[in-house]
Amino acid sequence: MEWETVIGLEIHVQLATQSKIFSGAATAYGAPPNTQACAVDLAFPGVLPVLNEAAVRMAVKFGLAVNANVARRSVFARKNYFYPDLPKGYQISQYELPVVEHGTLEVQLGDNESKTIGITRAHLEEDAGKSLHEDFHGLTGIDLNRAGTPLLEIVSEPDMRSAAEAAAYMKKIHTLVRYLEISDGNMQEGSFRCDANVSVRPRGQATFGTRAEIKNLNSFRYIERAINHEIERQIALIEGGGTVIQETRLYDSAADETRPMRSKEQANDYRYFPDPDLLPVEISEEFIEQVRQTLPELPDEKRGRFVYEYGLTPYEAGVLTASRELADFFEATEKTSGGDAKLSANWVTGELLGALNKYGLDVTQSPVTAAMLGGMIRRIADNTISGKLAKQVFEAMWNGEGDADAVIAAKGLTQVTDTAAIEQVIDEVMQQNPEQLAAYRSGKDKLFGFFVGQVMKATQGKANPGQVNDILKKKLSG
Amino acid sequence: MHNKSIVELSQALRAGKFSSVELTRHLLARIRRLDGRLNSFVTVTDERALAQARAADQRLAKGSAGPLTGIPVAQKDIFCTAGIRTSCGSRMLDNFIAPYDATTVEKFNAAGAVLLGKTNMDEFAMGSSNETSFYGPVRNPWDLAAVPGGSSGGSAAAVAARFAPGATGTDTGGSIRQPAALCGITGIKPTYGRVSRYGMIAFASSLDQGGVMTRSAEDAAVMLGVMAGYDPRDSTSVDRPVPDYTKTLAEPLQGLKIGLPREYFGDGLDSGVAGVIDAALREYRKLGAEVVDISLPNSALAVPVYYVIAPAECSSNLSRFDGVRFGHRCDKPRDLEDLYKRSRGEGFGAEVKRRIMIGTYVLSAGYYDAYYLKAQKIRRLMSQDFSDAFRKVDVIMGPASPTVAFNIGEKTDDPVTMYLSDIYTIAVNLAGLPGMSIPAGFCASRPVGLQIIGNYFDEARLLNIAHRYQQVTDWHTRAPAEFGE
Amino acid sequence: MSLERSDVEKIAHLARLAIDRDAVPQYARDLSNILGLVEQMNRVDTDDIKPLAHPLDAVQRLRADRVTETDERDRFQSIAPAVEAHLYLVPKVIE
Repeated sequence: MEWETVIGLEIHVQLATQSKIFSGAATAYGAPPNTQACAVDLAFPGVLPVLNEAAVRMAVKFGLAVNANVARRSVFARKNYFYPDLPKGYQISQYELPVVEHGTLEVQLGDNESKTIGITRAHLEEDAGKSLHEDFHGLTGIDLNRAGTPLLEIVSEPDMRSAAEAAAYMKKIHTLVRYLEISDGNMQEGSFRCDANVSVRPRGQATFGTRAEIKNLNSFRYIERAINHEIERQIALIEGGGTVIQETRLYDSAADETRPMRSKEQANDYRYFPDPDLLPVEISEEFIEQVRQTLPELPDEKRGRFVYEYGLTPYEAGVLTASRELADFFEATEKTSGGDAKLSANWVTGELLGALNKYGLDVTQSPVTAAMLGGMIRRIADNTISGKLAKQVFEAMWNGEGDADAVIAAKGLTQVTDTAAIEQVIDEVMQQNPEQLAAYRSGKDKLFGFFVGQVMKATQGKANPGQVNDILKKKLSG
Repeated sequence: MHNKSIVELSQALRAGKFSSVELTRHLLARIRRLDGRLNSFVTVTDERALAQARAADQRLAKGSAGPLTGIPVAQKDIFCTAGIRTSCGSRMLDNFIAPYDATTVEKFNAAGAVLLGKTNMDEFAMGSSNETSFYGPVRNPWDLAAVPGGSSGGSAAAVAARFAPGATGTDTGGSIRQPAALCGITGIKPTYGRVSRYGMIAFASSLDQGGVMTRSAEDAAVMLGVMAGYDPRDSTSVDRPVPDYTKTLAEPLQGLKIGLPREYFGDGLDSGVAGVIDAALREYRKLGAEVVDISLPNSALAVPVYYVIAPAECSSNLSRFDGVRFGHRCDKPRDLEDLYKRSRGEGFGAEVKRRIMIGTYVLSAGYYDAYYLKAQKIRRLMSQDFSDAFRKVDVIMGPASPTVAFNIGEKTDDPVTMYLSDIYTIAVNLAGLPGMSIPAGFCASRPVGLQIIGNYFDEARLLNIAHRYQQVTDWHTRAPAEFGE
Repeated sequence: MSLERSDVEKIAHLARLAIDRDAVPQYARDLSNILGLVEQMNRVDTDDIKPLAHPLDAVQRLRADRVTETDERDRFQSIAPAVEAHLYLVPKVIE
């Protein structure tokens, strides 16, 4: 039987506010345990929540970015359940009336392939604390610093049909929230977390199969593996005569498997009802307009502009606009290079990204600044250095030896463009290699590369490769 | 000293007739000597009271005193007081030293009031007789066999017994007005949102409202002026200026239109209580008011609606008492579920558990629409009944309670009968309106309260209407025999 | 609505309340009586009525995004039943 996979994602994005969603405690990551849990976060008797304006603003910003409907009136509800990381015994969330509904997001799947994924809703809620499972004489320790951190939960339609699509969607949401500066998107610190609802059905069947929810998919690497693993598990189960049960499973990245969550075994009855401590949130047209003014150029627009304005390929534009910082880096490079977009794109997507990857750095941490890279490209364009020499220059700049001009001067890497000088070297090379010359002239064209190599060797790579080619061709043919 | 009103005491303090320290010592001595009979205080804060009194005396000497500076008051034990046990009448919080002050407590502190102690109450304010307190029942100063009403029974008894000239209370379904009525004192529950709920331990968030309990309306005006006001820490508090309630107390009542809801004078009303209310209305006619019949057609549903909404909210509000961060924790929990179940099972009394279970049930899957949503819809109808009435009349009057104080133990076996003792007060909370009870006479030697219900934010009017009545009657100055000396 | 023993046990579990076995029948009776009272609501037709969650028709006020709270951990934890290494302790949590 041929199977089709159906995937929907729930992404929890921690919003980059200074203070918590309902209290004035700080949200900074990594503080000593329970030092950022105030009376409201600890749910002391008598304390009350007051909603953070910035959290609402960020939710609206997201809503506008995915062309969603921003609810003029939304309501906070209580989701009731007992858990030690949930001090009030309920989570303040949005249930019937979320702040954002009915959005869409275009996801690139290949060079010329894209797919629109529906966003059912995005709602504001508070994060829970953390259970620390180190053993305190068989007890668990609770740190409530994270309790009350604002979250935007973004729920997709079950529109994805493969793990790769799910990963592409997750990446796109990640790119978007960072463009919008509503989240730092830091997955190690838990600012961006993903759960997947996965089911399979025989291809052509209209109804969905029973789904399992996989929690804890907190990296782009794991999401594909975990989903593929879950798909295989479900298919094997059904083909073996079993049935999929609706359950919550936890992805264990170390074992590369999903297993049922024991704490979620019992079907919960969350007893949602409108939170009587909070009033309905009304969002005015002015507020929405004000937020709209703060919207940056979004990834899709930027990608389109890079193709149109710089003449880049859609692929290059896609790579360069994957983050706002990288796109900014490219544009700054292009500007200092004197407008050589193609070369700038090549260098940013090639050497620069390669080096950043190798050292595990973010573009904002790059030792080679956009100004340095642009300056170097300007020297390629004005023929001061060749592309090959430029690699040496880049490496020196990366190692902190100064900007391009300083490196070129210090290492004497200036390109030889003097035609007479190049002709002289070529003559010498021809004299020293009579056999090869004869062979070439008798039709062994492949030896052309040998002569180029010899000339470059003799000039320590400084000869202008274009000129070498031209002159060599003339001279070799006699 | 203890028979003097807040206004009289404040004048005497300013005139130097006695100091706040003397006054505080006097009242603390009374509490020590007499409260064994009533059990109206859970905690008496002697040392702190005297320290506050000394500070108040300095402020009085400097001439920077306000109307409450140096005046001893009692706080219902539902308001968090930093460094002082705040028990809410529950074993759950028997060991809870609040780490912060409620906004109300901050305001009284800033005004220079002296905190005598924390008053007894029904556990988590759930009760109408003060019999659900972990600290034992409070007795009614007028008759020690009778309940003082609830849930602010300790505050009502303490004020009636002249332990404190004023106390705070909270009112979710009548918890200020009913005990005020049963103890023969003046109590006002302001409009929802008028007084901050921050630091006031929540029972039912959309109904809870703090207020004051005093002997006279004039004193209530002074205290409410301090307590009321916008609080940025309470999203439901209303940003609206607080008028000087004392300024309008003497306004004439000529032409005042009083509405009598016929539903408040039906079968369940004790005839003796009805007679007292009639007499009070005659006084109002003499003061120039016009009395007209009105209808609040959905009144009979107030109790059923309330016993869905209040338990629903309480079931969620009380989930935070889980034995993890504060409060009672069971001994040697086997596992997490055991920790929750035993800590809560041991920490809460039977009435609180009943309400948590009712609330859990009406919110649970499959029942939400039939109970919770239905109740919220009728709540709207009831609110509309009041709006319709206030198009015709200025205020609504009726009994605060269908009977005078009943005996301790009389209704404890039957929750439903107990619930019906709030039949005339509950609708006001559902609509969020301000309401008062003032002493209007006696029936079988137990006090009867007249309830006055106003339109939104009409507290000044209510106090004015109460004050004019108290100028031509003396019910509010009567003291229980054992506590008048 | 009349509640059975099993209903009471289910509700008590949802609300995480330990109830003595012997007390269950009394709770069942009391809760059933209360629900009986509550069901008087059914006398009213509420088909076209909007629910009222809040007495005042007000809207949520928004707080400026500023950190106003300082670390009060030691004071807060001084009244906690079980703390170690500044963490609140609970019996082992199983995920």
